Amino acid sequence: MNLVSYDDAMASYDPVMGLEVHVELGTKTKMFCGCSTTLGAEPNSQTCPTCLGLPGSLPVVNAIGVESAIKIGLALNCEIAQWCRFARKNYFYPDMPKNFQTSQYDEPIAFNGYLDVQLEDGEIFRVQIERAHMEEDTGKSSHIGGATGRIHGASHSLLDYNRAGIPLIEIVTKPIEGAGVRAPEVAKAYVAELRELIKALGVSEARMDKGQMRCDVNLSLRPHGREKFGTRSETKNVNSLRSVERAARFEIMRHATVLDDGGTIVQETRHFHEEDGSTTAGRIKDNAEDYRYFPEPDLVPIAPARAWVEELRAALPELPRLRRARLQGEWGLSDQDMQSVLNAGAVQPILETIAAGAPADQARKWWMGELARRANESGTDLSEQPITPGQVARVCALVAEGKLNDKLARQVIEGVLAGQGEPDEVVAARGLAVVSDDSALGAAVDQAIADNPAIADKIRDGKVAAVGALVGAVMKTTRGQADAARVKDLLLQKLGAA
Amino acid sequence: MTDLIKYTAADTAAAIASGQVSAVEVAQAHLDRIDAVDKKVNAFLHVDTEGALAAARAVDDRRAKGEELGPLAGVPLALKDVFTTKGVPTTCGSKILEGWIPPYDATLTSRLKDAGVVILGKTNMDEFAMGSSTENSAYGPTGNPWDLSRIPGGSGGGSAAALAAYEAPLAIGTDTGGSIRQPGAVTGTVGVKPTYGSVSRYGLVAFSSSLDQGGPCARTVLDAALLHEAIAGHDPLDSTSIDAPVPAVVAAAKLRDVRGMRIGVVKEFAGEGYQAGVMQRFNESVELLRELGAEVVEVSCPSFTLALPAYYLIAPSEASSNLARFDAMRYGLRVGDDGTRSAEDVTALTREAGFGPEVKRRIILGTYALSSGYYDAYYGSAQKVRTLISRDFDAAFAGVDVLISPTTPTTAFPIGERADDPMAMYLADLCTIPSNLAGNAAMSLPCGLAPEDNLPVGLQIIAPAMADDRLYRVGGAVEAALNDKWGHPLLEEAPAL
Repeated sequence: MNLVSYDDAMASYDPVMGLEVHVELGTKTKMFCGCSTTLGAEPNSQTCPTCLGLPGSLPVVNAIGVESAIKIGLALNCEIAQWCRFARKNYFYPDMPKNFQTSQYDEPIAFNGYLDVQLEDGEIFRVQIERAHMEEDTGKSSHIGGATGRIHGASHSLLDYNRAGIPLIEIVTKPIEGAGVRAPEVAKAYVAELRELIKALGVSEARMDKGQMRCDVNLSLRPHGREKFGTRSETKNVNSLRSVERAARFEIMRHATVLDDGGTIVQETRHFHEEDGSTTAGRIKDNAEDYRYFPEPDLVPIAPARAWVEELRAALPELPRLRRARLQGEWGLSDQDMQSVLNAGAVQPILETIAAGAPADQARKWWMGELARRANESGTDLSEQPITPGQVARVCALVAEGKLNDKLARQVIEGVLAGQGEPDEVVAARGLAVVSDDSALGAAVDQAIADNPAIADKIRDGKVAAVGALVGAVMKTTRGQADAARVKDLLLQKLGAA
Repeated sequence: MTDLIKYTAADTAAAIASGQVSAVEVAQAHLDRIDAVDKKVNAFLHVDTEGALAAARAVDDRRAKGEELGPLAGVPLALKDVFTTKGVPTTCGSKILEGWIPPYDATLTSRLKDAGVVILGKTNMDEFAMGSSTENSAYGPTGNPWDLSRIPGGSGGGSAAALAAYEAPLAIGTDTGGSIRQPGAVTGTVGVKPTYGSVSRYGLVAFSSSLDQGGPCARTVLDAALLHEAIAGHDPLDSTSIDAPVPAVVAAAKLRDVRGMRIGVVKEFAGEGYQAGVMQRFNESVELLRELGAEVVEVSCPSFTLALPAYYLIAPSEASSNLARFDAMRYGLRVGDDGTRSAEDVTALTREAGFGPEVKRRIILGTYALSSGYYDAYYGSAQKVRTLISRDFDAAFAGVDVLISPTTPTTAFPIGERADDPMAMYLADLCTIPSNLAGNAAMSLPCGLAPEDNLPVGLQIIAPAMADDRLYRVGGAVEAALNDKWGHPLLEEAPAL
């Protein structure tokens, strides 16, 4: 399909988005039973009658799950329900043990909030929050024997219920209107801000690559000037910040193409493809899909005591946006520099590097320079680089002590990233220490003077600035390992210009 | 010791504790009785001979070591096949669970075991407790020991019949709309639906979660009270379990004094559809209570007439969701898995073959009632009726201590008579359903035989939530007075099997 360009799409239409984000809570046990939530265990080893939905089993609410939901609600400026209930969402799927999901329907624990997100140019966009509610995750199906890993064409499927019953918080925005051409950017910024918020609250690691945070992008277009929303598509499980932006962008262009052709958008779920940033049709969501919600009779209603809610509100951590403003001041950065740090996802690594003893400017320099470049090249998150803030801080310390220069430090970092051990181990193994021993440097200095008599004469005549060329020559013969400051001193001494 | 099977639970426990008889002898006597009569009665779906004898031996061992035994240690019990039993089949009377061996015990099962109760086996029931005659069991109907061609009530017909046939002195039932009380009434035994939330539902295979309640069945009020105390109490595994002390039901059962109590007769439970002999015995019970010193007044609960339709929306709605898990994926029956069919097809074929007609009827009814566009009119309205019924109870209990009525409008009807007429069948629970909807406590106990058919009539007593002791106080007094009058317990008039 030939898509109309993004600019052409925006010239005719106004996008309306709805974002649904599922966050897997980091509780030790599942939402309704005592099973462990640790990832990566032997399939079906972390199960019990309740999360397997065995006949007769009953759920009991995880209090930490409720507390986490309230914290998220408060941080999103939501009202916290005086009284709310769980509801059953009924549908059949083999990885759902009870064939209903215990969720919340018209009585969510938190509702009516907002989240302010900062766009790349510093502008604040307010995303209205419809609700945040508690529910349980499903099991996991693996379809074996097909070409695509999808159920279609598979010879059989394997079911792992370790994930079944892990607590989820679903956060749903109100329709996001008025973002215009920046809708994809708003979508990305919202998910990024939400992720920071969740991490700051300490309720989940919110790793999108591990499925701890999953985003559905609902999108529709309407011609400019029209009030009524168009038909929406629901792009499911868009699982990185970049993908959220790309999915929104692609859907805008796809909708525009269909509408320009006089076609109609089908209400359907769509799959996002990382490889080319496109989406393809999944299941058609006609109105026959009816979840037959009703209040969960196996769980008593939840009525969070107001005093408890206020306690949780008072204990909320500094919210990411305010924290960023504070850090910008502390680090003395311009808006633009701070924005670069944010865009690179470098705040936390820098903070942790500072905490490990590095000066702020040095910490920022390495994360925003060498490491950001590598993350960019490999298309991974900065926080996922195989180097710890402690290791970066150690490199900074070695530089400060004069044991490494910047060039050597880059090689040390490369070694750490390549899995060659701690910075000091890389220095030792690769012999990367700066040479500042006069006897070791003397020969190289003499050689440089002998090789460049004209420059040496200029220096003898007082043109001290010309020493740089000789320093460069020494660095070259020592393969960058010489202590440049010491080399300069030695040269000037020998040429009588000191 | 002859006729161990006729002993009450209280006397059996005392005899074992004093060493007059061993728990193994008691268990063996009941296993022999089951062997002798259960082909005719079909009260049991599964008899756990080895488990029962092992449990009895354990009690005898504890006694031999001088350990103190609980008030029901060594007493045999028939467990409705709707509670999970680790290592012992649990079918709920359904083909779809045929062969399923639960890996865990229900809380109630564990409490019975901890009390030294000897579980003889699992009793027959209407499939998933849906029915009032036990004819909906996938494993054949149970006969009423008073007349084997008649129904023993339902859904807990197996448990009630086991008591009436002297196959066990104690049994467990579950009561969603009357499934303990109505079988009790038509078999001349005692059945109690405790306050909702007072007996754990963990391990009770759900029919309608907001209505289901396990409870004691026995031949005497005191035995029911002893069993009640053994199984009731807070359970952290059941979110709806009440965290409060269990009312002192055993003490109340022994009181035998209703002087000064105010008792309300529910006006709405009389008239068309009520068998003359049932009303006669009921009215005699009212007189008896007056003679015993209670003050009896008439009470009106106008919303009760809406209880039946509300129940038949709420219970099937919840059932349609509760029974969704029977999909052939993890346990139980699996039909059509020949390597060519999809999971959906296997699920559909399994449900087609595994569920009986009444279960399918209720799943369809409930699915419809919860559907978008119908929810408010059906499920929503039914919940409002539920509130109205609770208010009627509240108003009534403001003036009286307990309410009384016939337990069920008729005596036991012949097997097959109502099988093709669901509405007629549903009417059997007319008087019992309001207590399930309100979540309060109720008991049925025998109050005589209907003159026209010589079949047992049940008297229902209803108490406010967590006032279960009042049931036993009134029930114990009525039972004692009637036994005095008759010279023996009613059950002795049942024909020999």
